[in-house]
Amino acid sequence: MAVPTTPTGIDEATLVAQAREGDTQAFAELVRRYEGKIFRLAQHVTNNREDAEDVLQETFMKAYEHLDQFQGNSKFYTWIVRIAVNQALMKLRRRKADKSVSMDETIDTGEDTIVREIAAWGEDPEQRFSRQELGEILDTAIQSLEPPYRSVFVLRDIDDLSTEETAEALNLSVPAVKSRLLRARLQLREKLSRYFKRKGDDAFAYL
Amino acid sequence: MTPLLTCKEFLRELSDYLDESLDAEIRAKLEKHITECPNCWVIADTTRKTIQIYKGMEPYPIPDDVQDRLMKALEKKIAAREG
Repeated sequence: MAVPTTPTGIDEATLVAQAREGDTQAFAELVRRYEGKIFRLAQHVTNNREDAEDVLQETFMKAYEHLDQFQGNSKFYTWIVRIAVNQALMKLRRRKADKSVSMDETIDTGEDTIVREIAAWGEDPEQRFSRQELGEILDTAIQSLEPPYRSVFVLRDIDDLSTEETAEALNLSVPAVKSRLLRARLQLREKLSRYFKRKGDDAFAYL
Repeated sequence: MTPLLTCKEFLRELSDYLDESLDAEIRAKLEKHITECPNCWVIADTTRKTIQIYKGMEPYPIPDDVQDRLMKALEKKIAAREG
C-alpha cells in the first residue's frame, strides 16, 4: 500500500476490477486519483478542516469495505462521492446537534432570485489575480453560501457531476437540484462581481 | 406571435440555458431576450464566467500530514481484513 507501483495510465474500470480481486495497489491508485477531489468536496460541504479529514478517511475506508457492493453501473467516482457526501452531511448534523453551527436551512422556495449587482466583467477577469488570491476569493465566496446551495454547486459545477448524479448523491429531486443550483450560481456571481467587474464600471474605482 | 419573456422568466431559465439543456424553442426566446435586455445579457455573461472560473480550479494537492494519516488508516484497515 505504501509503495506506489501501479502505473497511472490504467483506466478506472480496470483498477476497480483489480481492487475487487484484492489488489491493494490498485485500490491505492484509486485513492491517489481521487483523494484531492474528495478532500476538497469534504472541506466545502463541512466547512471544517478537521471534519473534512475525517470524511476523507471514512470515505475511502467505507469504499474499501464495501467495494463488493459497487455495481459498476455508475462511475466509481460518483459512488465514492455519494459516500463522502453522506459522511459530510452526518458531520454537519452532528454539529447542529452540538449547536455549534447553525444549520437552519431556511430554503427560500420562492422563485425570485435576487440580482443586485449588474456590472459587466472584462474578458478573463480572473487574470487580474494571482493563483493564490483567486483561490482565496473563490473559496471564501463558496463558504459564504448556505450548506444546501453549497453542496449542489460543488457537485454540479466544480466536480462536474450531472444534475441526476447530484440529485442521487444528495438525495434530492432533480427540480430541487436545479433550483438550488440557480440560486447558488447567482449568489456566487453576485459575490464575485465585487472583484471581477470591469474597473471603469465601478464609480469609485479612482479612489 | 409568442409573448415576450420577462426578466424574471429569463432568470428562472438561466441555469438550463447556460447548461445548454433547453429545447430549441425556449432557447430561441431567451436568446432574443438577451439581445434586447442589456441587464439580462450582463447577468447571463457574468454567471457563465462564474461557472467557468470555478470549473477551471484544480484541487490543491492534499497536505502531506493528511495524506500520511489517510494511508496509515487504510493500511491498518487492509491489514485487519487480511488478518
